[in-house]
Amino acid sequence: MRSRRFHMLVSAIGLSIGLGLLAGAATTAVAQDNKKVLRFIPHAGLRITDPIITTAFMSRNHGYMIYDTLFGVDDKMQVKPQMVEKYDLSGDKLTYTFILRDGLKFHDGAPVTSTDVLASLKRWGERDTMGQKLAEYTKEWKEVDAKTFQLVLKEPYGLVLDSLGKPSSNVPFIMPKRMADTPSTTNVTEEIGSGPYRFIKAEFQPGVKVVYEKNPDYKPRSEPATFTSGGKVVKVDRVEWMTIADPQTAMNALIKGEVDIWEQPAFDLLPELKKQKDIEIRNLQPLGMNYMLRMNWLQPPLDNVKVRQAILHAIQQEDYLAAQVGDPDYYKVCGAIFGCSTPLATDAGAVGTKKADVAKAKKMLADSGYKGEKIVIMAPTDLNSINQLPLVSAPLLRAIGVNVEVQSMDWQTLVGRRAKMDPIDQGGWHIFHTAWGTADMMNPIANAGTKGLGKQGGFFGWTEDPEMEKLRDSYAREPDAAKQKAIAEAVQKRLYEMVHYIPLGEYFQPSAVRKNVKGMVASPAYVLWNIEKQ
Amino acid sequence: MLRLILSRLLAAIPVMGVVAIFVFLLLRLSPGDPAAILAGDTATPEAIAAIRADLGLDRPIPEQFVTWIGQLAQGDLGKSVLSKQPVATMIGQRVEPTMSLALTTLIFAIVVAVPMGILAAWKQGSWFDRGIMALSVAGFSIPVFVLGYIMVYVFSMKLDLFPAQGFAPLRDGLPAFLERIALPTVTLSFIYIALFARITRTAMLEVLNEDYIRTAHAKGLKEHVVLVRHALRNAAIPIVSVIGIGFALLIGGVVITETVFNIPGIGRLVVDAVLGRDYPIIQGIILVFSGVYVLINLAIDIAYVLLDPRIRY
Repeated sequence: MRSRRFHMLVSAIGLSIGLGLLAGAATTAVAQDNKKVLRFIPHAGLRITDPIITTAFMSRNHGYMIYDTLFGVDDKMQVKPQMVEKYDLSGDKLTYTFILRDGLKFHDGAPVTSTDVLASLKRWGERDTMGQKLAEYTKEWKEVDAKTFQLVLKEPYGLVLDSLGKPSSNVPFIMPKRMADTPSTTNVTEEIGSGPYRFIKAEFQPGVKVVYEKNPDYKPRSEPATFTSGGKVVKVDRVEWMTIADPQTAMNALIKGEVDIWEQPAFDLLPELKKQKDIEIRNLQPLGMNYMLRMNWLQPPLDNVKVRQAILHAIQQEDYLAAQVGDPDYYKVCGAIFGCSTPLATDAGAVGTKKADVAKAKKMLADSGYKGEKIVIMAPTDLNSINQLPLVSAPLLRAIGVNVEVQSMDWQTLVGRRAKMDPIDQGGWHIFHTAWGTADMMNPIANAGTKGLGKQGGFFGWTEDPEMEKLRDSYAREPDAAKQKAIAEAVQKRLYEMVHYIPLGEYFQPSAVRKNVKGMVASPAYVLWNIEKQ
Repeated sequence: MLRLILSRLLAAIPVMGVVAIFVFLLLRLSPGDPAAILAGDTATPEAIAAIRADLGLDRPIPEQFVTWIGQLAQGDLGKSVLSKQPVATMIGQRVEPTMSLALTTLIFAIVVAVPMGILAAWKQGSWFDRGIMALSVAGFSIPVFVLGYIMVYVFSMKLDLFPAQGFAPLRDGLPAFLERIALPTVTLSFIYIALFARITRTAMLEVLNEDYIRTAHAKGLKEHVVLVRHALRNAAIPIVSVIGIGFALLIGGVVITETVFNIPGIGRLVVDAVLGRDYPIIQGIILVFSGVYVLINLAIDIAYVLLDPRIRY
């Protein structure tokens, strides 16, 4: 009897643990892992595959996988030909002539022609800040033949090549005309480029997984790869982007070798990752990122420049960087608005970078006529890369007597709300914080935060400043680099004077990479060519 | 039986209609703007307005609703605002991981918990009974993400028996499927084992003192025949009810487990869609799963009839 009972017990429990035993006996790993498959954890899931309709970095990085560009930049930010074989500028500086390289082919087998290029640039020019500026100076784009096209300007413009070679969002990627003819406010529905990888649509799971395969028809340039220029040589057969939302899970997967590269490990996990013998921490985006506090000029009392200046004097960057990044190895206190290590870097006019002047800020606020009106700070709780910033601003502002209300929300609610120009009681706002890649703000035209266009084309916050617009225009017209730098300095001074936004310092987001992954190219955008697994 | 099935299916239509209206209105009235999300950081108000018009979000809400219902009537759940992929395809891609995890969890939990509950009731007051009850308290008390991390740490990172994350579909082979699903299954089933074991024990205790059980023993039937054929069958109604409800909860509640183990299931799709204000996906999933819940309830009702011939609808 006892043995029967025991048998019954064993049968019942045995069945239940069968799954575990069977699984334990199963062969290890899905076994596709080999040196020809690169597995990559991007900073977020790819959902929008059109890199022109959106400025999202995910879409930009995806763009670099499958599309090519006319120009790229090297590690000195010099513009270099990429799809273009050669180009020249007429003596009157009004006509650029470009000739495409031989053998450029889209993934569907069609040759890349001038028609495709002009359609792509037209669509890009409708969306991108620098593209829009270029369009203002453009008389016409002319197709000369299948490989040759011209840009005819209304007047000399100093940023033509900088615009066509811009490395970050929106990048002027070249796509087939049928795709580029899609209105710039509508997603393209194909993913056909002429870049080093092909998009495998059948395996695409938005937000989860993206698969690329080597484009066998791609002909890399002969120059070494540097930033977004040079030879885009593909040494793996397949790249899989695997979104892993949970940082701890991502770290586990990297340590176990289930993935090869983690683009943006959480800062608080870096010490643990550094202890791992098979993993290296690499800074692959040497230009870094920048935090920013943006105020709404339409919203009283921030329509008063004296209130904005008082707030500027209450801020010190170190507090933000320490709270958000933590490790000083990965941040830099600096007042430059075009990047701290770029050709236009300067401290001219900078306020509040190292130490806040609370006494002065209090006096400025008292003198400004501020009457204790509520200032609403939008605080995104779900975006780990910036969620500490509003929590630093609130006490700094309260310390000088500002009546602050921090309103918590998810990032996408903030994105929707920051587009509202309405008063506070109808869903408006006063302050939000964000982060920008240095590559997106390297000059007065690219840096949307310097725009002075107000409601008519200005960045959220709608800073209206005709004087600033004059400076930006003169920068765009100026072909001489030294004079450009002087104008950029004036732009920066004006920005601090009027407080278009408050720079909160520069930081560097390193990647965690398995040591057997070699050849990664540092770049302002995340690029995955030249890589091999040893 | 056929009448029961038909009447329940017909009754589901107005339920799903109410769900559709509620979800549609709730999403339209909540903050957030898919057009602003799509447009990105440097978008001008004009560009956002143009995208909104392109998506049809500038039209009056009743008109948007009628358009959506019209699509539904043709079996079209629409397309994702962000990725432009058909919602039906996206749900289809994510159903397998979620249903796989829900089913393996349910099966594992039943296979473990029901015998445990039976044995605990049979040996009421013994060390085994107390042990089972202690385990069930632990099952209710330990948050699933804590257990998940512990499981990964021990069985994946330290013992190297399982991968740390990911999902392999059955078409990759049973070993690969089981290897990936084992840890999340055990993790997620912990609380359901606790629940099912307690319910089984309680239900069994109620019937084990009945006269017919005493009669069965007096007839000299073997112990396991008495327990399974006489006691368990009569105790099955509350157990089946809880299992059915548990399955419904499982489908909706796997998101944390999916996140910890990086399983690309419906839970994560919903969370991503909510954060991205991807209305068509949210609407599609809620509608589809309201239908699934109706079917689960129908299955429970059918099980009642099969288990207890006295029950009539």
